[in-house]
Amino acid sequence: MTIEGNGVLVTGASRGLGRALAEALAAKGARVALVAREPGPLGDVVDGIRRRGGIAHAIAGDIGDKHAIHRIAGQAQGLVGEIAIAIHNASTLGPVPLRLLLDTECEDLADVLETNLVGPFRLTKILAGAMALRGAGTIVHVSSDASVEPYPRWGAYGVSKAAQDHLSRILAAELADTGVRVIAVDPGEMDTRMHADAMPDADRAQLQRPADVAARIVAMIEDGEHAQSGARLVAPNWRAAEAVS
Amino acid sequence: MIARAFQRVASREPPSELPTAVYALRTAEVPRRDVRLVVIDRARDDSYVTPFGSLVGLLRAGDLVVVNDAATLPASLAGATAAGQAFELRLSAPIDGNRLTGVLLGPGDHRTRTEHRAAPPVIAIGDRVRLGAAAARSIDARVLGAIGRRVELRADANADELWQALYASGRPVQYAHRPELLPLYAVQTAYAARPWAVEMPSAGRALTWDVLLGLRRAGVAIATLTHAAGLSSTGDDALDRALPWPERYELPQRTIDELARAKDRGGRVIAIGTTVVRALESAAPELHAGSGIARLRLDGAYRPRVVDGLVSGLHAPGESHFDLLSAFAPRARLERAIALAHARGLSGHELGDACLVM
Repeated sequence: MTIEGNGVLVTGASRGLGRALAEALAAKGARVALVAREPGPLGDVVDGIRRRGGIAHAIAGDIGDKHAIHRIAGQAQGLVGEIAIAIHNASTLGPVPLRLLLDTECEDLADVLETNLVGPFRLTKILAGAMALRGAGTIVHVSSDASVEPYPRWGAYGVSKAAQDHLSRILAAELADTGVRVIAVDPGEMDTRMHADAMPDADRAQLQRPADVAARIVAMIEDGEHAQSGARLVAPNWRAAEAVS
Repeated sequence: MIARAFQRVASREPPSELPTAVYALRTAEVPRRDVRLVVIDRARDDSYVTPFGSLVGLLRAGDLVVVNDAATLPASLAGATAAGQAFELRLSAPIDGNRLTGVLLGPGDHRTRTEHRAAPPVIAIGDRVRLGAAAARSIDARVLGAIGRRVELRADANADELWQALYASGRPVQYAHRPELLPLYAVQTAYAARPWAVEMPSAGRALTWDVLLGLRRAGVAIATLTHAAGLSSTGDDALDRALPWPERYELPQRTIDELARAKDRGGRVIAIGTTVVRALESAAPELHAGSGIARLRLDGAYRPRVVDGLVSGLHAPGESHFDLLSAFAPRARLERAIALAHARGLSGHELGDACLVM
């Protein structure tokens, strides 16, 4: 799918991978509508993109808030027009330090699901219909290897990401033949604030830079042949997959 | 779009040849999946009532369904003059940069019928006003134009701030027949995209994805246009007589291509809602991709050039939209169909049941 000239929505765009994706997509000529809870850091991202000649708009909103979803989608399409690419990047670990499931409050699990699973579902419900009638669109769910591996203490997050992976696959099946592509991407371990919150003792030198991961995800968006609808892709393996094919 | 018609009906005596009961369609909101369809088919003698999903079987392979994909704005905003006099601004057109176009109503809310609302404060070009309910969310604006109750404002805010304030403070435009406050999602279709409509393009409300994908599987093509559905009532008699005002629309090239293909293969063009009729018939006969202004006023004398059939809400005789429907079927047929809808307990209004006229 072409990125230049298209409207793109990125959630969780004030930091880390979301920010890197916003910058990479804007650099390719997309009009990016960026969502984050805190207007301050988000404004810095928007200002940076505009200084480099890109088109970016800020939307303050919490993807985990049921009542915010139609506002977010409305503001985004008011500001950048039809959304051709939606990237569900915002997510929460829940309380840190991470806890065993048996020590996790029920409400904390519910909150994590609300942000990481139900929020993307609600937003897709609003955006995917218009994509399907236009016959084109890409929806990206940012996943995690915690959705596949049962890491102790990653319970709430892992459960939410596993469910989001399946949400992605079922949406892809239901939207087959509409022109809407739905993929999930495990970005791999990155040097982000979320990673530091979860694993404060990690060796940051061993971690990927968000900008490098964002470049691979942008390549996936552009390459419908190798990133087909319903796929769950692992970003660190992307170049390898390209070479093999 | 039905509210104005309802208010007119309620304030007028029905024509004497029909029983009063015919006009009293219920106003209850019908859940999208429970919407019923009154089918008024010129090829048949009698109308009948069927679940909305039957649309899939009623259309033929090769037909083309055209929807209005405009999302509905939270177009009602509380405001105050510099002197602190309250008003309600109802947007009448899409937002253009940092410019807002709309109509002022006096203090109060939609529970008071628009024609009974207090007059808005007098506002002059150059005045400053404040928009938005709570102080933290409000934005200031300057009056660029004021003709009676119609105003054009320029927000002292960038686009991001304006849209943030609009969605934080604005509410869907509503009318007195439905006192409870509607959430924004209740006035969106399942395929809404850019927020251009100030009232819901409600004929598409029952088009669930089950129905839309069913139509596709049945070989029915679906295409979109974007039409900035405007206000159906302002409460000002002189203004209301001129409604609908010219409204902006945009026709994508792919829709023009689909229309040509449908005509080539002998398929019918079914408009979902009067806004689609208005856009397509205003654009006819030479359809070009891009933006246009719909100025056409439809009535029983109009013979559609592009559209062969229409899905609409239910409109009783005497309503302006009933006149519009009569461009697609004889009045007597429509009157009998509305009597049937009434007898079967169907709901009128923008959140009610529907009809297919073809």
